[in-house]
Amino acid sequence: MAYSLTLLAAGTIFLITAVIFYELYAQSVLPRHKFGWHFLVTQTWDPVAGQFGALPFIYGTVVTSMVAMLIAVPQGIGSAIFLSELAPPRISDALTFMIELLAAVPSVLYGLIGFYVLVPILQADLVPVLRGSLGFLPIFQGAFYGVSYFSAGVVLSIMIVPFIISVSREVLMAVPREQREAALALGSTRWQTTWRVVLPFAFKGIMGSIFLALARALGETMAVTMVVGNTPQIKASLLAPGYSIAAVIANEFTEAVGDLYKSSLIELGLVLFTVTFLINGLARLLILATRRGTAA
Amino acid sequence: MNAKKAVNFIMFSLTGVCALLTVGILFFILGYMAWRGAASLSWSFFTQLPAPVGEPGGGMANAIVGSGKVLLLATVIGIPIGFLGGVYLNEYAGMTMSFVIRYATDLLNGVPSIVIGIVVWALVVQPMGHYSAMAGGIALGIMMIPISVRSTEEFLHAVPLSLREAAVALGASKWKAIATVVIPAAMRGIITGTMLDFARVAGETAPLLFTALGNSFWSSGYNQPTATLPAMIYTYAISAYDDWHRQAWAAGFVLLALVLTINVIARLVVSRGIHMPRGAA
Repeated sequence: MAYSLTLLAAGTIFLITAVIFYELYAQSVLPRHKFGWHFLVTQTWDPVAGQFGALPFIYGTVVTSMVAMLIAVPQGIGSAIFLSELAPPRISDALTFMIELLAAVPSVLYGLIGFYVLVPILQADLVPVLRGSLGFLPIFQGAFYGVSYFSAGVVLSIMIVPFIISVSREVLMAVPREQREAALALGSTRWQTTWRVVLPFAFKGIMGSIFLALARALGETMAVTMVVGNTPQIKASLLAPGYSIAAVIANEFTEAVGDLYKSSLIELGLVLFTVTFLINGLARLLILATRRGTAA
Repeated sequence: MNAKKAVNFIMFSLTGVCALLTVGILFFILGYMAWRGAASLSWSFFTQLPAPVGEPGGGMANAIVGSGKVLLLATVIGIPIGFLGGVYLNEYAGMTMSFVIRYATDLLNGVPSIVIGIVVWALVVQPMGHYSAMAGGIALGIMMIPISVRSTEEFLHAVPLSLREAAVALGASKWKAIATVVIPAAMRGIITGTMLDFARVAGETAPLLFTALGNSFWSSGYNQPTATLPAMIYTYAISAYDDWHRQAWAAGFVLLALVLTINVIARLVVSRGIHMPRGAA
């Protein structure tokens, strides 16, 4: 009796996951038949004309996440090294506690602060400096209105840094002491030990934490919606306003009139689901591989 | 030799800067939200309905109650399924089943919240013909399941085998041993996990946008579109009115205070002295 109850709950979990995939697939049959794979590579998003192409959203999702990763990966790994290799345990624990609180801040609040605080700072201070030094690059050219791929990437980076830190720190702390001691005994400095012994040992696990964070960044909705600019276009400049998959679903889903429009948005959901599924799977494999490595 | 030491010093200083920067962002967010929120917060925020556009004042009483309702339903749906699923995984499942269920749980945990919103819209809102608090509660309930499974499983796993053996040796059946010995031993951890789970979905916005939708007035029962605090923050923040922006900061402050208070209590008080396993939060 008790056993069947727990089995029922476990079965429900499996069922829910299966139903999520099935519903996304079944409800997006219309645009899949009409556009096929072209859905993923065409640029026109015109609900009035019934033309739906996902490319600007896919592009925006990828670009904002890449900007976020470029900032968050060095910062996250740097912090994790500090917390596991240098900081005394009590300080490390206290800082980790605070970083976990940062992960608990709701995403809509990141959007709020991003839009009203960060975007003005970018506009007044950071972007002029970037233009001054790197303005010759196409990615920093063109008009800057505040909302942009770049702003969304910066906000995303703040949101995903805690995930990189907490997983990487655990992975680094799981590196056996003997590894460090051996390197130190051979005359390495602590940094050389960290760089040549500890980091390579923990490499797979750290990659896992990075992919985990990437999956979060790709699927993040509210904060991106509030700072990305919500303009379906593809621009080389990071300072141009853009759009993302999650943002267009959030903005247009309730108002989407007509079956094709709605199911095109659902197909975008299917794309997002599939991509995050693959990346999450990769992350788990990598983290699992290090755990096994350290246990042996 | 000196170059080696210099590199050592510089690189570790940089890692320290990274860590301080991250923690600094937390304090900036806390400070800024408290500053803007406290300036915008008033008693009427908790007691009045939203004022029509152009009229000053008003509050978000309906959204506070709405969030409470949606979260209550989410907890009632998500926690029992998650808890029992976790018990199954740790106590009963064989190799194949535990792989399948654990995989499904991980997958569910990774589904972007907006996608859960779409699916609940398709399964609940579409057949019913209207948005409702029930749909919002179901969406958040689904989001609560994976973390609940994980924390239940991990804390049960941490209970020593000798406790189970002692119970079974005294003649208890397997279920009796689990219910009266193992689960009570893991209870503090499971409660911690539940609190963190609750705090996480309390701030979720995306899955509510097209399930609970929103409402400028009171909604009765679970059958009507319902205002929630996070969705209200979003709507008010992107509006064109200064007065609404102030309300958004006030609501943001209230939400942040709620979420962080639950987090601090769960992590520092309830889970005191027990080790938090990875993936429990």
